[in-house]
Amino acid sequence: MTAQRASLSPTVRIAAGQGFWGDWLEAPYRQVTGGPIDYLMMDYLAEVTMSIMQKQKSRDPSLGYATDFVPLMERILPTLAERGIKVTANAGGVNPRACAEAVAAAARALGLAGKLKIGIVTGDDLLGRLDGLLARGHQLRNLDTGRPLRDVRDRVLSANAYLGAWPVVEALRRDADIVITGRVTDTGLTLAPMIHAFGWRPDDWDLLAAGTVAGHTIECGAQCSGGNCLVDWERIPDLANVGYPIVAAHPDGTFEITKHAGTGGRITVAGVTEQLVYEMGNPAEYITPDCVADFTTIRLAQAGKDRVRVSGVRGRPATDKLKVSIAYSYGYKAVGSLVYAWPDAYKKAKAADRVLRQRLKDLGLGFEAMLSEFVGADATHGPLALASAPLGELPEVQLRIGVRSPDRAAVERFTREIAPLILNGPPSVTGFAGGRPKPEQIVAYWPALVDKRMVEPCVEIVDV
Amino acid sequence: MRRRSKAVKRGRGRSGRRRVPLLELAHARSGDKGDTANVGLIALKPEYYPILVKQVTAARVARHFKGMVKGPVERFELPNLGALNFLLHGALDGGGTISLKTDAQGKVLSTALLRLEIELPR
Repeated sequence: MTAQRASLSPTVRIAAGQGFWGDWLEAPYRQVTGGPIDYLMMDYLAEVTMSIMQKQKSRDPSLGYATDFVPLMERILPTLAERGIKVTANAGGVNPRACAEAVAAAARALGLAGKLKIGIVTGDDLLGRLDGLLARGHQLRNLDTGRPLRDVRDRVLSANAYLGAWPVVEALRRDADIVITGRVTDTGLTLAPMIHAFGWRPDDWDLLAAGTVAGHTIECGAQCSGGNCLVDWERIPDLANVGYPIVAAHPDGTFEITKHAGTGGRITVAGVTEQLVYEMGNPAEYITPDCVADFTTIRLAQAGKDRVRVSGVRGRPATDKLKVSIAYSYGYKAVGSLVYAWPDAYKKAKAADRVLRQRLKDLGLGFEAMLSEFVGADATHGPLALASAPLGELPEVQLRIGVRSPDRAAVERFTREIAPLILNGPPSVTGFAGGRPKPEQIVAYWPALVDKRMVEPCVEIVDV
Repeated sequence: MRRRSKAVKRGRGRSGRRRVPLLELAHARSGDKGDTANVGLIALKPEYYPILVKQVTAARVARHFKGMVKGPVERFELPNLGALNFLLHGALDGGGTISLKTDAQGKVLSTALLRLEIELPR
């Protein structure tokens, strides 16, 4: 009976392969070879990632995408082609065409010419249209601070609207095997295969919300299958061999979170709940370009070992706005550190901090911000930890001090004031092997909203 | 897990009120949105959720993080998941790439919240 019902209920399996640019390189390979899947979803774009890519593109116009994606695809392309697994990935960053060209070249070198189609989703890039938008009264106010974009317009480096699932769906409908996008939402990459497979409509709000919840659950890779999981963490098995999550989705919007057999990690209601609340705002209004999902309607149930069933998700109509991720040049920063040893490690680090601050003051250097942390004592939990820490007995403390300024020269001068403390400051100091810290340009994030009708997604299909 | 529930039972068994760290009743995960950190707090057992709702108020969490969070604290309830979500505004020294903090993305404010002491009901 169960088997019969299962055969009548088509299931689409969407596997998470990367939770950010820099995630485990083995994960996508294991996802495509470790068991049956239909789609491989790879999320590369954290908020700060676009600014990193923008930096890279400004140095070399052929870059600006997740370069790891290309050798990774080279490794799995034969398996993808053989098993008919499709890929959705926002690896294109700020340069999806260059990314697609590199993947196409790799595919041709593998003898896959004529056998693959690559979909390219663009239209998210608003940089060239910013002045026009501002002139037409779109202020692109910072969602956090309320400031209008014109305050920093001359320092803007990139501006990308978050596109949703629908342009990815269009690429899949046009038979793309690999869909490479720019700034498509993390959740849209998982939702799109469901819309495509099940024929969901643009106003199926509950279904779109369900697919969005599925996307949110697996967009951080192993963070829902045992990675970075606090609950009962010591008993999570075999993290060395952690299985990345797979959504087994059904046409009615219910789905299971699972992973390949024989892998490590753990999928439980408690662990999935940790991921559901990750980076959560108002849970009743999880806003994406595709819908507004209500996380207070989610029902979770343990449906077997390493299998959590998700149901009940309700959604509401999408808003008429898109979020825009704007990167702008903010200034400079540098962080230096020294390590002080027992006895009185904390006292020595505190004394060194005072000496350093006095010297910076005497040099007349002004900073927008200066932050001293004492790693081993207060760097992560601040005064909450200091209250109970055995400060006199700590075996070592790292003084970690950072400065931020619009003035690069001031930051540069700061970097030269750390090393002298080894010989002319408090004793029992070491840990300077990394050398002098380097001033780093801060490319900061400016979230804003723009009217949806101002953004036109573009889908191209190229034959390899 | 067994150890934790025992600690809680011991607390209930006493005639006076007993203070236990939130760590014994809940787990948590935290992250960032710009300069705002969020901490999702999840009851380890369904029966602990009402205790969290009653005692881990936005005002209490704001006091707990005094000096670490510049802006207001908001709280949202997810009874379906036995969870509370807190938004700590102005917790990340500007957040993202601007922040000078080790924990620029608020990843371990989760366990910082679990240091909070809870009074168990009689």
